[in-house]
Amino acid sequence: MYGLGIAKGLAVTFRNLFRKPFTVQYPEEAVPQAARFRGEEFGWFEERCTGCASCAKYCPLGIIKIVTHPGGSNMQEGQSYTVDTFDIDIGRCMFCGLCVEACPYDALFMGSGFERGQYVRDDLIIPIEELKSAERRLSTWYRPQLEGKNYHPHKDEPLSWEEVGRK
Amino acid sequence: MDNAYVPFKEANAFYGNLYQFLTDLTIFGVSPIPDWLAYLIAGFLIVFSVINTVVIITTLGTWVERRLIARFQSRLGPNRWGPWGLLTPIADAVKLLSKEDTKPDGVDSWVFNLAPLMFIVPPILIFAVIPYSHNAYISNLNIGILFIIAVTTVPTVAMFMAGWGSGNRYSLFGAMRGVAQLVSYEVPMVLSIVGVLLFVGSLSMVDIVERQFVPFILVQPLGFFIFFIAISAEMNRSPFDIVEADSELVAGFHTEYSGMKWGTFQLAEFIAPFGAASIMTTLFLKGWEGPILPGPLWFFLKVGFVWFILLWIRATLPRLRVDQIMGLAWKFLFPLGLINLFVTAAEVLAWGDPTGSEIWLMAGINWTIAVVCLVISSHLVSAKLTTRNSVLENAGNN
Repeated sequence: MYGLGIAKGLAVTFRNLFRKPFTVQYPEEAVPQAARFRGEEFGWFEERCTGCASCAKYCPLGIIKIVTHPGGSNMQEGQSYTVDTFDIDIGRCMFCGLCVEACPYDALFMGSGFERGQYVRDDLIIPIEELKSAERRLSTWYRPQLEGKNYHPHKDEPLSWEEVGRK
Repeated sequence: MDNAYVPFKEANAFYGNLYQFLTDLTIFGVSPIPDWLAYLIAGFLIVFSVINTVVIITTLGTWVERRLIARFQSRLGPNRWGPWGLLTPIADAVKLLSKEDTKPDGVDSWVFNLAPLMFIVPPILIFAVIPYSHNAYISNLNIGILFIIAVTTVPTVAMFMAGWGSGNRYSLFGAMRGVAQLVSYEVPMVLSIVGVLLFVGSLSMVDIVERQFVPFILVQPLGFFIFFIAISAEMNRSPFDIVEADSELVAGFHTEYSGMKWGTFQLAEFIAPFGAASIMTTLFLKGWEGPILPGPLWFFLKVGFVWFILLWIRATLPRLRVDQIMGLAWKFLFPLGLINLFVTAAEVLAWGDPTGSEIWLMAGINWTIAVVCLVISSHLVSAKLTTRNSVLENAGNN
């Protein structure tokens, strides 16, 4: 019968009245996030980095800037470069994660945050100081050793540089 | 009491008591307030309180409406300001009042500025003749329902003034659509009211309530159905909101308005459902009368119920196309209204003053006719309601 669809539609909305709303009150509560989520705020471990600049070479957008000088030391390789500048411009980053794939020493990790909004584009560049000092919440993306431990960046404690590598 | 104000005094309990108090007031043996002043003061206070009650209830109603529609659509609705978002209307008002009152180039100032006023006065005027309880109304006009029909036509003019005065094509489109829609839906609306009036034999809203032997929705189901759809269309709300149609016309006739002028349009559109619910309560649900509970409570319960259903429909149905809306009025509601009118006239002729069993016989006949008519005419109309189907069929044949 013509018009029965209207009654069905009304029944649907009336059932919604007694259902819990889907809305998530974001600042107070957040949707649970996957451990593999590729977010902002890269995790970088100075102790593991040799300054090889593979990440900068593999970045399709060329947004990683590395300046090094010889004469540093690395825990895995011994002698290596010292990293002076390590800037990531996440304002142009597309979060493909190729830099993380390219890193031979597991020094660079994707982060898992999504709340790093800024008012000025220049503030979106993550300088080396921030990479060193930030609390690292590492995404397990492309890092099977973290997934093997069932590590979750939002539930577990931040890991030290010794714990994150492949051994 | 030898003055002209006595009939008013006897008709309205609120007004009468206030008037009596003011005229009986004596200070040092003299009565400082003459009759005419007491009449004015009492009248002003009553009107003032009713208008403000309407506006305050509407303001709260916007909050209830937004929360309820949100729940209908599985959302939460405004919940930021105050407990459960109760202060949202106040935040809205502050925001609207503090906004810049813009006026684009090329508007017709007089028409542009007058339109919001003309749009908000008629919905408030409806409440002048609605009886809230026994002896509780502003005025018992002997042409009450005619007054309401006349007054609710004025927003059509205001809408066209707004559309024309804005000097904007989208506004004009919206206004012209609105005029076509409102004028079309006046016809079935009035036809459905006539059914009630035939039973009652009076145009006064108080008489309509007092002479309802049973709530008229029982003996006038078809009339109620038509009136419900027609008055929903008169209010320009979804699913009949082609006037505003934000996906097509920006905001229709009030595109160019800002600040409190825009707020006035919105307030009028939020008052309208309360007015519509009050009219439906009075005409079809026996107004304030009901068992046990006092009159005003019954009235507000019934109004709230009808208002909720209007809200429910608004939250559910998507917007109709322009040709569908016109088709619904002229091809569906108008013939049904005529059928309802003829059937009711015949019944009034047969049973002028129906008694117990006759009422139920009448109700049975009318419900049968209503269901049969609805089924038949919906089958007839479903293919012909729109011109689009035939266009598509022809395209397929070619």
